[in-house]
Formats: sequence, structure tokens, C-alpha cells
Amino acid sequence: MRKSWWKILCSVLLLYTLVGGLLLDVPHKKILNETIRNIYFHVPLWFGMMIMFTCSVIYAIKYLRKPDLTNDIYATAFATTGTVYGVLGLITGAIWAKYTWGKPWSNDIKQLGAAMALLIYAAFFVLRNSITDIDKRARVGAVYNIFAFAMLFPALWIVPRLVESLHPGGAGNPGADPRDMDARMRIIFWLGAVPGFTLLGVWITTLIIRLRLITDKNLLHV
Amino acid sequence: MNAPKHIYTLLKKDLLLELRQQYTFYGVLLYIASTVFVLYLSLQQPDSNIWNGLFWIIQLFICVNAVAKSFLQESRGRMLYFYSVAGPVQFIIAKLIYNAIIMLLMSLVSLLLFNIMLGSPVIRFGQFVAIVCLGSVSLSLVFTMLAAIAAKAQQQASLMAIMGFPVIIPQLLLLMRVSKAGLGEAFKGEALSDMMWLLGGLDILVILMAIILFPFLWKD
Repeated sequence: MRKSWWKILCSVLLLYTLVGGLLLDVPHKKILNETIRNIYFHVPLWFGMMIMFTCSVIYAIKYLRKPDLTNDIYATAFATTGTVYGVLGLITGAIWAKYTWGKPWSNDIKQLGAAMALLIYAAFFVLRNSITDIDKRARVGAVYNIFAFAMLFPALWIVPRLVESLHPGGAGNPGADPRDMDARMRIIFWLGAVPGFTLLGVWITTLIIRLRLITDKNLLHV
Repeated sequence: MNAPKHIYTLLKKDLLLELRQQYTFYGVLLYIASTVFVLYLSLQQPDSNIWNGLFWIIQLFICVNAVAKSFLQESRGRMLYFYSVAGPVQFIIAKLIYNAIIMLLMSLVSLLLFNIMLGSPVIRFGQFVAIVCLGSVSLSLVFTMLAAIAAKAQQQASLMAIMGFPVIIPQLLLLMRVSKAGLGEAFKGEALSDMMWLLGGLDILVILMAIILFPFLWKD
């Protein structure tokens, strides 16, 4: 119970997001209409992705400081979950865009940034698979992970501020536009959806890590 | 204390090698010439937007070709020798400078060829040349680091493209955007200088990352 409280919390929060997000009343905005509910699912997935990738980089740095394969397993697992979240975020975003902007893909700078992030992490996995030596793979993977993250960061957070975007809050503030949400929505969003999806991501990651730790047991204790 | 001297020696060695084995240099030059010629055959005189887009895409491919060899040509034994005579930081700085010089040269040559063959939509020439210099240095820095990473894996050339293209997209988009200033587009307020600062900042970021991360790639 002491160890699994956050898993229970995660389920409760997600259940609350799902029920509250689909059934509770939302403000009626032009163009957005009922699609505004997607903010509970699309935006937290991006938050989750950024958090997963950040965790991945932290473990990559930890690996370079102290070459322990466990750190490498952590970094890869977080990158995997982050990629899954990125794909889901891209899909939910494309569905949303189809009903609000008229088409699923409009070369918006943030869509490009998302696609870039996914390509970078896909390349990360290809790079890892092309190296057979385990320690070398972990080291080169960690170096690319850190380098790519450092390059991705300005692309996702600074460039969108300079170039015009279809996303709300385009002028000066990338990310969710707080003006579109009323107080009730904010409660579901910040208290339910964002922590809920983040915890779910961590949960999935811990499962991957546990599996990898068991399969690679003989490598870890040599 | 003698780090600058080491960097200078390594740089001189790379440049000397380039001068002695000129086939690689001429190879890249020929690559530029034939690419631009093919573009000329297929498009003749494209309008300025297409010209600009093509120019930067060609810069990207030239960069992959020119920079890739800088690490591929170093054999295992030679790397071991460098390991014993110089530090990783000096080695990577020498490589960064060398590749920046080569790429600068190649970019200016391709700019000249683009102007001769594909017409010249460039209105403010000085500004455009300055942007090309900044852009080619940015590209070469990023790809030097990626070449260092790819050199550790198999199928290095294709890996470089896979790893590099997504990483370079923000810089390439910014460069295409900024270089429109040279094509006569007016920017409002501080937008242009903001983007130039951002590009310069990214360059510094790449250099710092290379200095911090290369020592980890170095040891085998």
C-alpha cells in the first residue's frame, strides 16, 4: 500500500479526467465548441512527453557520470514512453486540428517541432541498435540523447515564439492558452489530467524498467 | 597552457592533408557543380522562394558530404595516436574549426554557382553573404558533432543523415526565414536581429555541447 499509493492516485485522477472531462460543462467558444475538451487529453500528453524526455536526459547524464547499465536502462525506458506519448499527442492534435483548423496537418511550427522530436528519438533508437557493444551503445546513446535534447529545447520553446503559429497563445506564449479555460476546466486540467497522465507515463516506464532489469540480469551483475 | 598550440597543430595537419590529397576537396566541389547543374537542367530560373529553399537544402547535403569524411578518414590506429599526443577537447575544437573553414568555402562556391546558373534573386548581396557564412558555420558545427557520434556506429553515412536531419530542422528553418531578408523581404521590428542572435546562440550551444560530450566518445 505504501508503495502503490501513487498508482491508485493515478487511476483516480485519470478516471476523474475521463468522466469530468467528457461530461462536465465547458465554456462555449467559437470554432472550438465541444472540441475544447480535447485540452484534457492533448495538452497533458505533451506535458508528459516533455517530462519523460527530461527524465531520460537526466539518466543519460547520470550514466556518463557513473557508467552503470541500470542508468542506461532507465534512460531508454523513459525515452520509449516519451515517444509513445509524443505519437499519441500528435494523433490527438491532428484530430483536433481537423475540426478546428480544417485539416489535420498545416505545417504549423509546433506540429513541426513535435514531428522533429519524434524523428530525433526514432534516430536515437536506430543509433542504439546499430552498435553491438553494450557499453559503447549506452555511452554513444547517452551522448546523442543529451546533444539532441539540447538542440530540441530551443526548437520547441524559443522558435515558436519568433514564428507565427496557429496554436492558441501564439504571440509570446507557446502552450495552452489559459484564457480559453474557465475555473472549472482549470481544476480538471491541472489537478486531474496533467498529473494523471504524467503518473501513468511513470507507471508504464517502471514496468518497462522492471522487465529490462529481469531480462538483462546477467549483464548487470558481472 | 599549450592547448592553443595543440589545436593549431591539429588544424594544420588537417589542412595539410587536405592540400596533399586534393581528391576529396575536388570531389565535394564536383558534387556541388553537378548538383547545381542538375537543378539548372530541371528548373532553369526558379522564383526566389524556391531558389532560397533549394539553396539551403543543397547546403545541407554538401555539409553531410564534406563533414562526414572528417571522422571517417581517421583510422583506428591514428585515433589511438591522437589519443596519446592530444586531449579530446583540443581534438574536437580543431575539427570544428577545420570543418567550419571547409564548409564556409563550399558555401561561397555554391552561392557563386547558384548565382551563375539559377539566376540571382538576391537583392541585398552583402547581407545574404553574411547570412550564408553564419549558416554554413552553423551547419558544419552540428554535423561535426554528429559525425563524431556516427563514427562510433556502423553504417555511418546513413546514420548521419538519420540523426542529423531532425536535429538541424530548427536551424534550417530559421536560416531559410532569415535569408529572405537578403531576397528583399522586410522584417518587422527586431524580428531579424532576434533570429540572428538565436542562430548565434545555437552555435555557441553546439560548441559547448561538443566540448562537454566529446571526451566521452573519445575513449574506447
